[in-house]
Amino acid sequence: MDAILLQILNGLDKGSAYALIALGLTLIFGTLGVVNFAHGALFMIGAFCAVTLQKILTISSVSIDPEKKDFLGNPMEVKTPYVESLFGEATGQLIINWSVPLAILFAIPVMLAVGYIMERGLIKHFYKRPHADQILVTFGLAIVIQEIVKHYYGANPIPTPAPDALRGSFDFGVLLGFDPNAVIYPLWRLVYFAFSALVIGAVFAFLQFTTFGMVVRAGMADRETVGLLGINIDRRFTLTFGIAAAVAGLAGVMYTPINSPNYHMGMDFLVLSFVVVVVGGMGSLPGAVLAGFLLGILESFAAMNEVKSFFEAIYLPSIDQIIIYLVAIIVLLTRPRGLMGRRGVMEE
Amino acid sequence: MLGLNKKDTGLFIFVICVTALAPFIMNPFPADSAMAQFNAGYPDLMQRFVIFGIFAIGFNILFGLTGYLSFGHAAFLGAGSYAAVWMFKLLSYNIVPAIILSVIVAGLFSVIIGFISLRRSGIYFSILTLAFAQMSFAMAYSVLTPLTNGETGLQVYNDDPQWLKGNGPDATHFFGLEMRSTFDLDIGAWSFSFNVGYYFCAVLMLVAFYLSMRIFRSPFGLMLRAIKTNQTRLNYTGLNSRPYTLAAFVISGMYAGLAGGLMASMDPLAGAERMQWTASGEVVLMTILGGAGTLLGPLLGAGFIKYFENIFSKINESVLHGWFGFLPDGIENGLIWVIEHFVGSGWHLTLGLLFMLIVIFLPGGLMEGATRIRDRFSGDKNKKDTEGKYAPAGE
Repeated sequence: MDAILLQILNGLDKGSAYALIALGLTLIFGTLGVVNFAHGALFMIGAFCAVTLQKILTISSVSIDPEKKDFLGNPMEVKTPYVESLFGEATGQLIINWSVPLAILFAIPVMLAVGYIMERGLIKHFYKRPHADQILVTFGLAIVIQEIVKHYYGANPIPTPAPDALRGSFDFGVLLGFDPNAVIYPLWRLVYFAFSALVIGAVFAFLQFTTFGMVVRAGMADRETVGLLGINIDRRFTLTFGIAAAVAGLAGVMYTPINSPNYHMGMDFLVLSFVVVVVGGMGSLPGAVLAGFLLGILESFAAMNEVKSFFEAIYLPSIDQIIIYLVAIIVLLTRPRGLMGRRGVMEE
Repeated sequence: MLGLNKKDTGLFIFVICVTALAPFIMNPFPADSAMAQFNAGYPDLMQRFVIFGIFAIGFNILFGLTGYLSFGHAAFLGAGSYAAVWMFKLLSYNIVPAIILSVIVAGLFSVIIGFISLRRSGIYFSILTLAFAQMSFAMAYSVLTPLTNGETGLQVYNDDPQWLKGNGPDATHFFGLEMRSTFDLDIGAWSFSFNVGYYFCAVLMLVAFYLSMRIFRSPFGLMLRAIKTNQTRLNYTGLNSRPYTLAAFVISGMYAGLAGGLMASMDPLAGAERMQWTASGEVVLMTILGGAGTLLGPLLGAGFIKYFENIFSKINESVLHGWFGFLPDGIENGLIWVIEHFVGSGWHLTLGLLFMLIVIFLPGGLMEGATRIRDRFSGDKNKKDTEGKYAPAGE
């Protein structure tokens, strides 16, 4: 029982990332009808927002402290981040330590701006073009973004640790009445899950309970009629694109302590997120979220030794590597509209 | 001639001449001159031109004719490479069985993937093929390590059986004719190299090109175009289009397998990275750049990209300083700082930008560009509408 719980928890963090990216993809597809192959790149930009903020906060003034000597006996250089000299040492260190969560505040405007520029500058011209063109041009854009990031940040992963306070692990089992030490789980992953649940909730609440969201939903259902009612639907869709970009970016920011960001992390997630969207049902927001968590958890179950050896016995070794694709194939063949897709929508 | 009409015969003869004379055409500059770095006439690069030409021609049969945008064709290329290297390991370095097996393996592989993926069209098809290719890539790295040698890549070792080898040569050969043997011809300051491997690939490329011409002009090709134009209407006439799309998919998969087999025949190595989806993206790019749905386009695109990949990667800061040395220092450094981002290791950035620009402004590729220029000069007002030339099926 505790092993099962542990696998569910293990799947949650990847599932959260899938769900957030897939949510953004679906939002863009549902509103603008555009297949965005650059969405993984947005996730990556988000992660590099965290890296950038960390770099900005640790910009230091270098002074030579004659008191301290390094091991060669020369006076040692002391680097003092400006933040520390500005806010005092304790506060400054605290700020640097919390740079990843702080990057959320930094990433939201950046991602909204990136999304806005992308939509107005490029995607706008592709509404009337075939889906193949949309795929191709966003694919090109993804390459460009990736190469620019690689140029400025290098090809190696950049470690961005979580705050000290959230770094340890947490005995989750005790809460549910298991023995102590049975289900131990890294604290940050729980934070990540809680955070993504919050973001997903916020997006749904925004769409469900605000006038703006109502218009967007109406536009998803019938764009032309909403336009005929005298509402500037294009402007709202542009903002929706920005929101989708911000969701992907936030997923990236908070993912950095789990996996150090590198320039191709977006591509790795993109392919799987597309699979998630297809499994959930193209155009269905709850479907994207559900499929994201489901596939994340399934992936972690497939990585269990017991499951692996079972599948090895029926000649399916390393099931954890291919489980998501297998599920996608089965879903597409048996239920082409996806788990929660509406009948007749994009069933071709 | 050969069942082609006059215009196609002309085109075919043109392609034959260009490939046959490529060692001359690719080396227009004397070997020691400063412009020699723009020469592309060395065997390795010329082989890549024709091999990727085959790959793109095959991809064009699927994408150009039916409009199904596959993002997973590199999987077939990789499968073909692995099959070829296995033949080298087991039989001998003779490339004939290797190439035959690589085409067969890629064909079977594409039957399986095509059968499943073609149940959907449009974006779903793209995503499905992408997922399959990534799955193959992941499996080549992990599960299939006994077959693929995982991260190291598959290669021929001394203790491999090579049952039919006997006294045969220790390098890939065509019944004794080694692929790597090259004849160098020096005329004055110029130097031209004629490589056996290149000509072998070139002959196969010409065969592939001829077959694709015949497919384009056949009733089968017409059916594929009908699928692209309006699949729904085709279905309403009571016709099942799936056998046709599957046939196109398998044919293009076999072309990719042939390209993979040739790649391994030129250099007996195979690695999983050949299956990665960026490799699939590359062939899409070649086809689009040249002009999807045209005969010559994919060849043109493959040559263009491989040439500039090679040239751009070679340019570095000191070369740039040599070029712009005549400018005032400030301007020179500024200019070099800008250009530096796009050359050398920045080639991929250039590629991505080029890709975007082509899709945005010239969806018909270089061939459309050529047509536009010709129309402008000849003043032809009856320009054909090229909009939506490769709209995916099911739109």
